[in-house]
Amino acid sequence: MIWQIEFIIFTIVIILAIGAISVKDLLSAAILFGAYSFMMCLLWAIMGAVDVAFTEASVGAGISTVLFVAAVFRTTRRTKD
Amino acid sequence: MKASASIVVVILGAVLIFCSFGFPPWGDPESAASRHVSPYYIEKSMDDTSVPNIVTAVLADYRGYDTMFETIVIFTAGIACIFLLRSPTRRRTDTRLYRHIPTGITLRIEKGGKFPADSVDFERIDSVWVPYDLIVKTTCRLIVPFIQLFALYVIAHGHHSPGGGFQGGVILGAAMLLIAVAFDLRSAKRRLSEKTAAFLGTLGVVIYAGTGIVCALLGANYLDYSALAPLLGVDPITARSHGILIVEIGVGIAVMAVMVMLYYNISSAGRQDEGL
Repeated sequence: MIWQIEFIIFTIVIILAIGAISVKDLLSAAILFGAYSFMMCLLWAIMGAVDVAFTEASVGAGISTVLFVAAVFRTTRRTKD
Repeated sequence: MKASASIVVVILGAVLIFCSFGFPPWGDPESAASRHVSPYYIEKSMDDTSVPNIVTAVLADYRGYDTMFETIVIFTAGIACIFLLRSPTRRRTDTRLYRHIPTGITLRIEKGGKFPADSVDFERIDSVWVPYDLIVKTTCRLIVPFIQLFALYVIAHGHHSPGGGFQGGVILGAAMLLIAVAFDLRSAKRRLSEKTAAFLGTLGVVIYAGTGIVCALLGANYLDYSALAPLLGVDPITARSHGILIVEIGVGIAVMAVMVMLYYNISSAGRQDEGL
């Protein structure tokens, strides 16, 4: 595998992970988490675990983002801490 | 408090990174995981189960007992969500909002007023104001059948390609969620009601566990699908392949129903009246 692509994806994963826990707006955190799941899905696919990548794309990036957005919609958008 | 928490996190992260240096290199054939049972699966799974995708064979056949309880864990999550969020009393909202579609006028009907009957002219809308969006609704109506078809393909084709019950069930549930997001919660509940979702979730688990019980009644071990051969009219090796398909369908139904149940309860805060 081309190591430059892997390096770029790793960098984006770390940036998204730090962003998802540090951002104040919870809706942005949910979207960042979805993007993080997509990048993890690419990493699984690179490592040859296609079934895991498929699960990550459908569950992590698809359903859980929708459930997070629904939970934010029913609670509050600003985090307390 | 926050500083001490970050110190703990940093120390734990450093320990994890330090321990990861002890792992065998990626794809190392001499590592412990590659020497014990993996060669058996790689060499024999095609002869044992006639399933080309080794992951599916291991997930639903060799490790079928584990996967059954994974399904039950997901089902328990749906039940727990109902117990935590679903409000037991049916609280009727006092005021309702209706949109007169030909003119676009929004009507606010207070408590005691007469609500218009269901017709093509009047549409009930959520109290959080939503514009009438023909493009979004039509696009979703067109795209949902294709998503569902792809989900069925993923469930049925898990033997040969990546996929299976969990992924297909999640995609099937996502199609339902797309309806709920594009229209509203009530039109999604008209297509798949809460009771139907709960029934389907139970049915999926029963299909999986029942397959195992049928195998046990036919004289084999629990979840040993080769015992289904006389019922299905095929040889024992093909019967294992068909048995995997049966339990994958059960997993798909259960996962789809639980995802829909979770969304219904979370997006409406348990009232199941007005959603996202």
